[in-house]
Amino acid sequence: MKVVLENLTKEFPARGKKAAGNVVAVDHVSFEIPDGSLTGLLGPSGCGKSTTLFMLCGLLAPTGGKIFFGEDDVTDLPAENRGVGIVFQNYALYPHLTVRQNILFPLENLKGKDKLSKAEMNRKAEEAAALVQIESLMDRKPSELSGGQQQRVAIARAMVKMPRVLLLDEPLSNLDARLRLQTREEIRRIQRETGITTVFVTHDQEEAMSISDQIVVMKEGVVQQIGRPQDVYDDPVNLFVAKFLGTPPINVFDGRVRGGILYIGEDAVLNVNKVPDGNVTVGIRPEGFVLADDGPLHLTLSRVEVLGRDISVVSTSPHSRNESVRSIISAEAKVDTSKPTVAFKLKPAKVFLFHKETEARIRYGE
Amino acid sequence: MENNNRKAWLYLLPAILFLAAFMVYPLIDVFIYSFEEGYNFASQTSFGTGWYNFSYVLHDTYFLQAVKNTMLLVVITVPVSTVLAILIALGLSSIKPLRKLYQTIYFLPYVTNTLAVGLVFMILFKPTAYSDGLVNLLINWFGGSSVDFIDGPYWAKMFVLCFYTIWVVLPFKILLLTSAIASVDQSYYNAAKVDGTSSFRIFYKITLPMISPTIFYLVITGFIGAFKSYSDAVALFGTDLNAAGMNTIVGYVYDMLYGDSGGYPSYASAAAIILFVIVLTITVINLLVSRKHVYYS
Repeated sequence: MKVVLENLTKEFPARGKKAAGNVVAVDHVSFEIPDGSLTGLLGPSGCGKSTTLFMLCGLLAPTGGKIFFGEDDVTDLPAENRGVGIVFQNYALYPHLTVRQNILFPLENLKGKDKLSKAEMNRKAEEAAALVQIESLMDRKPSELSGGQQQRVAIARAMVKMPRVLLLDEPLSNLDARLRLQTREEIRRIQRETGITTVFVTHDQEEAMSISDQIVVMKEGVVQQIGRPQDVYDDPVNLFVAKFLGTPPINVFDGRVRGGILYIGEDAVLNVNKVPDGNVTVGIRPEGFVLADDGPLHLTLSRVEVLGRDISVVSTSPHSRNESVRSIISAEAKVDTSKPTVAFKLKPAKVFLFHKETEARIRYGE
Repeated sequence: MENNNRKAWLYLLPAILFLAAFMVYPLIDVFIYSFEEGYNFASQTSFGTGWYNFSYVLHDTYFLQAVKNTMLLVVITVPVSTVLAILIALGLSSIKPLRKLYQTIYFLPYVTNTLAVGLVFMILFKPTAYSDGLVNLLINWFGGSSVDFIDGPYWAKMFVLCFYTIWVVLPFKILLLTSAIASVDQSYYNAAKVDGTSSFRIFYKITLPMISPTIFYLVITGFIGAFKSYSDAVALFGTDLNAAGMNTIVGYVYDMLYGDSGGYPSYASAAAIILFVIVLTITVINLLVSRKHVYYS
């Protein structure tokens, strides 16, 4: 089921004594979620991603704009008629019911011609449980389950009615680090197996990057960039997106362009054709640094962290906007820690220029 | 550990001494009195020990009337007030504008003086030289004939007593239930809404189980409170409750001790012990039933 958002807007009345006007949580958001894809809504807290999800779900009514499921306009359809399944951040499993009763709950709501027989309901519940591999836990109460198991039950409950669209609100945020890795693979597997169009919300870029077919990066209610995770990472449209994606985060420098050459401080680091002279903001991915004695960029060496496969060179620069500059280089390279400075060459594909004020990307030729 | 234990006992000592002197000792005393036949306060003597006090009390028509009154009061007021409180609390939770105002209004009876409440009921039910009371005015208005709620037929008096009791206990129940309802996580309701759950099913399957500990607490304390009721009857029908036929078990105990026909601590003790056994039995039944139906998070 293809999902289309068209100029979707949500305003909340402002709170407080001095408040005037409305708070715009989601501002004319338009994008398309391809049928059978896994889409990650990504952004810092307060960016409107959960609000967008709740509007898709039908729990919040949009102030403006339209939502389409396939060809159907579902904007004014109540949540129960949209055919969506949702997994809440805290799972919202009914604590007084067993796992089986929780999974059966949506089926028992069916009325009229959709009403199922007891046996049929049980069969569907068993199927959903098998999908998330919790068959052995059916008669337990949610409080007797681990966080990861509760998550699976919540997914089974959302899936039991075979929804057209599956929505996940911060599905991994309540799990510990190890379980998070495992569960995100699990979500990916379930999504692939069922082919169900899935949207999930997260503030964790790594989570979104690792399993999504498509990510939608949002900030302050406005969509910043949409695309395949790798494309967005490799080709950010502005400084915000560049900074938001990637661990360790991108290194940001104050630089300037003079005669088609990019300078950081006094170092002429890169040829940037067709860029007019002036001050710019420079973003360099940690993997964009290559250790070279004759390299043009000179940084003050702080320390070297060995991470096994890679090493991380931590250095400082008066022109860096971050406290320290972090570069990831292969462990085979040898860093001479006796010297106070370290020199790097830069990989042009990993260096992004941004407009100083608007923070929009400035593209340059080789 | 040993040292800690000693300290704990030391801290508890004042409360324990107080409870022992004013609660435990009298309780034991009551138990002993109830088996001492013809006990006399002044001479501190009795004729002997046995079951006679219980036999006397259980054959006393005033006591049987009191038991009947109390039972009726319990059976009517506890369910009615609990159900009413749940409905009102649900209503209060689902309205948005003026909720605070309504909550205050519903809580007012709780902070109102008993005598003031009594006065309101006088205006409502008591016939005076000038009128038959507000309720009779309404009955007349709809074409019925006046009923004497204070000195009239038994059912009318019982009705007023139940009405009064429910009215007095309602605010506290509403208060507890509204906060219990407010503490149910909104995401359960969201999940139910997405699944297309009808509002009755949401109430029956989600709200009710979630607030069941509070309901259970209110039922237990409601039963105990109703069994111990006395002052309500006095406020409505005066101190000679036996004559009015509206005595309660606690009222009977009081009359046996200090009433006009009083001075029988043995009978009073026996009646008190019977009340204790009844309350204990009902509470145990309540606890057993609750195990199946009350959900504790």
